Amino acid sequence: MTVKSTSRARKKAAPGVPDPARAGVGAEPELVQLLTPEGDRVEHPEFPLTVTPEELRSLYRDLVLVRRFDAEATSLQRQGELGLWASLLGQEAAQVGSGRAMRTGDHAFPTYREHGVAWCRDVDPLNLLGMFRGVNNGGWDPNEKNFHLYTIVIGAQTLHATGYAMGITKDGADDAVIAYFGDGASSQGDVNEAFTFASVYNSPVVFFCQNNQWAISEPTTLQTRIPLYRRASGFGFPGVRVDGNDVLAVLAVTRWALDHARTGQGPVLVEAFTYRMGAHTTSDDPTRYRQTEETEAWKAKDPILRLKAHLEKEGLADEAFFAGVEAESEKLGLRVREGVRSMPDPDPTLIFEHAYSEPHPLVDEERAEYEAYAASFEGGEHH
Amino acid sequence: MAGQLSIAKALNEALRKSLESDPKTVLMGEDIGKLGGVFRITDGLQKDFGDDRVIDTPLAESGIVGTAIGLALRGYRPVVEIQFDGFVYPAFDQIVSQLAKMHARALGHVKMPITVRIPFGGGIGAVEHHSESHEAYFAHTAGLRVVSPSNPHDAHWMLRQAIESDDPVVFLEPKRRYWDKGEVGEDPMLPLHSARVVRPGTDATLIAYGPMVKVCQEAAQAAEEDGRRLEVVDLRSLSPVDFATLEESVKRTGRGIVVHEAPVFLGLGAELAARLTERCFYHLEAPILRVGGYHAPYPPSRVEETYLPDLDRVLDAVDRALAF
Repeated sequence: MTVKSTSRARKKAAPGVPDPARAGVGAEPELVQLLTPEGDRVEHPEFPLTVTPEELRSLYRDLVLVRRFDAEATSLQRQGELGLWASLLGQEAAQVGSGRAMRTGDHAFPTYREHGVAWCRDVDPLNLLGMFRGVNNGGWDPNEKNFHLYTIVIGAQTLHATGYAMGITKDGADDAVIAYFGDGASSQGDVNEAFTFASVYNSPVVFFCQNNQWAISEPTTLQTRIPLYRRASGFGFPGVRVDGNDVLAVLAVTRWALDHARTGQGPVLVEAFTYRMGAHTTSDDPTRYRQTEETEAWKAKDPILRLKAHLEKEGLADEAFFAGVEAESEKLGLRVREGVRSMPDPDPTLIFEHAYSEPHPLVDEERAEYEAYAASFEGGEHH
Repeated sequence: MAGQLSIAKALNEALRKSLESDPKTVLMGEDIGKLGGVFRITDGLQKDFGDDRVIDTPLAESGIVGTAIGLALRGYRPVVEIQFDGFVYPAFDQIVSQLAKMHARALGHVKMPITVRIPFGGGIGAVEHHSESHEAYFAHTAGLRVVSPSNPHDAHWMLRQAIESDDPVVFLEPKRRYWDKGEVGEDPMLPLHSARVVRPGTDATLIAYGPMVKVCQEAAQAAEEDGRRLEVVDLRSLSPVDFATLEESVKRTGRGIVVHEAPVFLGLGAELAARLTERCFYHLEAPILRVGGYHAPYPPSRVEETYLPDLDRVLDAVDRALAF
């Protein structure tokens, strides 16, 4: 598509007004990158990273298994086993890189798309699928793996993360928190309030924005006129844009950000510049609002292919390794398929189960009413 | 705690006791530190407990409740002050979609022991957004508990009970009664969610909570001069409601009148009338009547006395109930 409006073209060229649609694309210096799309290792003076071949292989395994799990969930939705799925396709490096940067005591507050972070926190993938199948609304224990519940209301979790971080400070602990959100959420009041609270209380929280360029059908240009990471400066803390498809850069930048936070230096905003390769969710149709050319261009920056290219170029992994990961991926797919298909519906009385933690007469009364009503059908033709 | 205390002081003492008894209790809100809150409910607490436990926050209600949720997830027991009723709406999502549901969404794995204190109601000659009664929004939301004291004793003990609850509690403080004084007893006398008959009677039951309890007591006193004996029930808890106490009273008197400042349409009175009609149908001499605010934005203060139920409007409803 050609740009027809000359006024728009002029506006783009105006000095001092960065074009967010183009910002960070290509080799702009502000984008931290440690692994090129071709798989070549580059250095960044501020974010050095030493990784062993074993760590590289482990990251590759994470990326492949996370993508496989995600693809399996998309298929299960198509087969009617899940009501909905929000695919992370394309964002594996942003999630695995940041997830692996965390220490055991750190906490993650996710949106509904952080399947790769959950993987790194050792959350059973099947736990994530309960809400998409409709058997619960989350259900896992957030404190077991320090991975909090998925949050669907956009941006709300950034405040929970900030409050949690305030608690860490009170406890005198040196843990840190990552608040995950997206480019769309950056417009939400809650996110801006979280920036304010974290800033004035100097809380140990890393705001990790996966800028995947699209909030359903709305491009980032509808959320911001400046690159998102620069929002941080207005709140008084550092912001960094990292190549979100470069797992090594994300790992290095997030590690730095978490250390910055946990050592009492306050919050950091990391903007992981990436791309949502798939639809917003399985209910979405991106062909109505974006061009195939754009998606194709991002394919060349694929996070898995570039790490594979690196491993191959440097001779750090052999065929047996790749075959092993592939076999493991098949096994994971099978486990997820079987696990979802055999996931039982809850007993209807689950409705009443956890409305309150302490006894509540109205809930008890309505449960009794329901149970009596249900029992009236027992042995009858309706049951 | 013998002696006469104002509701404001009784609340202040309750916060002090809660801060003393549980190191995980923290207070959060706007101007609650050095200033002691715009109503001075937190007066002196930051000085005694430090700014780490009595926390002045940025002016962002959603941020206050949202970060309180995070603190609760970390094991804290936050008590949040919303400065005025009309300022709570920016926090509506955090209260209704996050706070109320977190325990259920986690299948019971986490608790949300958060108290949201809100001065509510009118009658103080305030500018707009400072006189609202929004209890129905919160009482309508499963996962929240909603209570409102009417006197210093309840203000003190119900706040301590609310803070001790592992569920989120919206605690509505009748701001026009803040300076009313009364005895605060040595123990709570009732569980948090029990109603209380504050004046026995035989001819009709007046049901009220928060600021309207006093109006109903005055109405009952006036009615007695006309030879009518009105019972007054202080609801105290708006969610859950102590229907057993209400049912017993209304069955005995045969008539019930619900009084609140909030608009009548879909107000708490609608639910009370419906349920009491179901429970007391064969005992009723008249429909359950409601007295409350009109279906209009809360008015400018020079005409708020017209909007708010008063002794005459309550007695007018009593006349109508007795005429059936």
